[in-house]
Amino acid sequence: MLEARALSCVREDRLLFKDLSFSVDEGQILQIEGPNGVGKTSLFRLLAGLQPAYAGDVFWHDHAIASIREQFYQQLLFLGHYTGVKPELTAFENLRFFQKMHNPTQQQDLWAVLAQVGLAGYEDLLSSQLSAGQQRRVALARLWLSDANIWLLDEPFTAIDKKGVKVLEQLFLKHAARGGRVILTTHQDLQLDNQMFSTLSLRKPAPEQQYV
Amino acid sequence: MFKACWSVIERELLSASRRKSDILNPIWFFLIVITLFPLSIGPKANTLTSIAPGVIWVAALLSCLLSLERLFKDDYVDGSLEQLMLTPYPLTLLVAAKVLAHWLLTCLPIILFSPLMAVFFSLDWPTFWAIALTLLLGTPTICLLGAIGVALTVGLRKGGILLSLIMLPLSIPVLIISTLAIDAASMSQPNIAYLAMLGAILVAAITLAPMAIAVSLRISMS
Amino acid sequence: MWKFLHPYAKAQRSYELAGTLLPWFAVLAVVSFVLGTAWGLAFAPADYQQGDSFRIIYIHVPSAIMSMGVYTSMAIAALIGLVWQIRLSDMAVAAMAPVGAVFTFIALFTGAAWGKPMWGAWWVWDARLTSELILLFLYLGVIALYNAFSDKALAGKAAGILTLVGWINVPIIHFSVEWWNTLHQGATITKFAKPSIAGPMLWPLLIMLLAFTCYFAAVMLIRFRNEILIRESHRPWVKQLLLKSA
Repeated sequence: MLEARALSCVREDRLLFKDLSFSVDEGQILQIEGPNGVGKTSLFRLLAGLQPAYAGDVFWHDHAIASIREQFYQQLLFLGHYTGVKPELTAFENLRFFQKMHNPTQQQDLWAVLAQVGLAGYEDLLSSQLSAGQQRRVALARLWLSDANIWLLDEPFTAIDKKGVKVLEQLFLKHAARGGRVILTTHQDLQLDNQMFSTLSLRKPAPEQQYV
Repeated sequence: MFKACWSVIERELLSASRRKSDILNPIWFFLIVITLFPLSIGPKANTLTSIAPGVIWVAALLSCLLSLERLFKDDYVDGSLEQLMLTPYPLTLLVAAKVLAHWLLTCLPIILFSPLMAVFFSLDWPTFWAIALTLLLGTPTICLLGAIGVALTVGLRKGGILLSLIMLPLSIPVLIISTLAIDAASMSQPNIAYLAMLGAILVAAITLAPMAIAVSLRISMS
Repeated sequence: MWKFLHPYAKAQRSYELAGTLLPWFAVLAVVSFVLGTAWGLAFAPADYQQGDSFRIIYIHVPSAIMSMGVYTSMAIAALIGLVWQIRLSDMAVAAMAPVGAVFTFIALFTGAAWGKPMWGAWWVWDARLTSELILLFLYLGVIALYNAFSDKALAGKAAGILTLVGWINVPIIHFSVEWWNTLHQGATITKFAKPSIAGPMLWPLLIMLLAFTCYFAAVMLIRFRNEILIRESHRPWVKQLLLKSA
């Protein structure tokens, strides 16, 4: 179980949120909502262990994630605003690197995966020559390779067309059905009638609550 | 685990092969700086031979630090640094691999170019040999130390000059010991003690620096 | 594990503790300064070789000792901050760094002023002076790094790491500089800078050392308190404190 316990986040001496607790069970799809600047990205970075919380902690099976980084990261796939796609490598080379780092034993055909995300014919172009949407598709292709349990996706639909969004939604449902967890932010309305789909709204703290 | 490190090195080399200027610019910079000294001091062979060790080492140090800035910057901008920190391998090893790749790409070429220095400064064989050896033992230490500074400043918009300010003082011991070793060699004295010192510092740097780099990166990225 | 132990209460308690200690150090600093300066300048006997110009040691030696002592305390604070993730330690590092840098500068400046009549030059590449100069660079690096971050919580941690890396380097720098120096110009000057000192001259020196230490503690506490207030400005107790004093 992935669990956030009494998380507080302070950035540049400004309180973003405090005492935030929630847990994500197997098969759950959780959408984090809220206006810009409310701390969604910071929350994602806390959940990924990229940044320490001001107070509280994130737990994976009752262990603070900072103490079990290597096991936790075996179960985590994180996609942030910047996707980690190297512009001077081709789509194929990028994906192969991710495969080597995260699923070294897996023998899935990368060409087929790239075709699946609509990059057939672009595999050997440098990523810098791809469009923004195509670059994101390179990063999203990792989802098809991944056997990680937790998918942390910060705005995965940015620059993705409608058809692509549909495909991704189906993929999320499939992942949840396998017992995976998906946590995402998006400003689009998701068409997920899955009963495990839920949302979590972040709100700006009122001025008098700014003090923690 | 070592496969993962190898993947990192492989990717660095592949990226660099697509951006050849990254390999060429440090050597070019090194050669230009070296050329400035005879031009500003005068072409007398005696003077040049006596200042050669210092000049070569200062030039190598500067070109090393200038190119180091790129070590994590691109990765930081395109998000691959974040992804590197989220792999199921110890960050310490992965950053060590990155530094090694960087050394292969920027410092090794400088060492390979050092015979040219022997010609420029009319150095004798033992002096040249000492220069090559000290560069071989000293530049990895500089890269490792510098990488700590890069990791600390990677999130800052203007990290460049700050990096040199905080890291140059720390590289003084390597500079001093290297030039002493070269001096000793040029006066046909044994310099094995200095080389051993350089080696000891290198071993210490290899052991400690990757941890400091990893911790610094975690701080910079938060 | 300390992280879970109420990260809040500590800053306030440290703030109050610093406030209680501050006047003691301040008073002790003033008293020992007056005593040490008067004794050192007026009553201590003149040096048989250097005459009255040796009296600069009453500033030079304490500030040189402090320059190294402060850096060591910074390293200890940085280590505590890094290992136990205590924010206050990082604040202490930030509070100490500029004070240490000023001590280092005073040591260099008085060293140069002393060197002019003694060595006939403002600056000599003597091993001690050179090490001290590099120490000044290390201090300035820590301060520059701290100021480069807009998020002061990160700034404190980064400055802490740099302090530790520098501190590991200090002995290596010191020995390499000393080595470099002896090989390049013989040991005449280093011998000279280490005169054995007689009792009547020593007492005022020790008092001045005490004065410098207390002065450092007082200034550091003031800076530490300010640092806490600035960094904890989003906390209720700071708000109450400010409302009370307004």
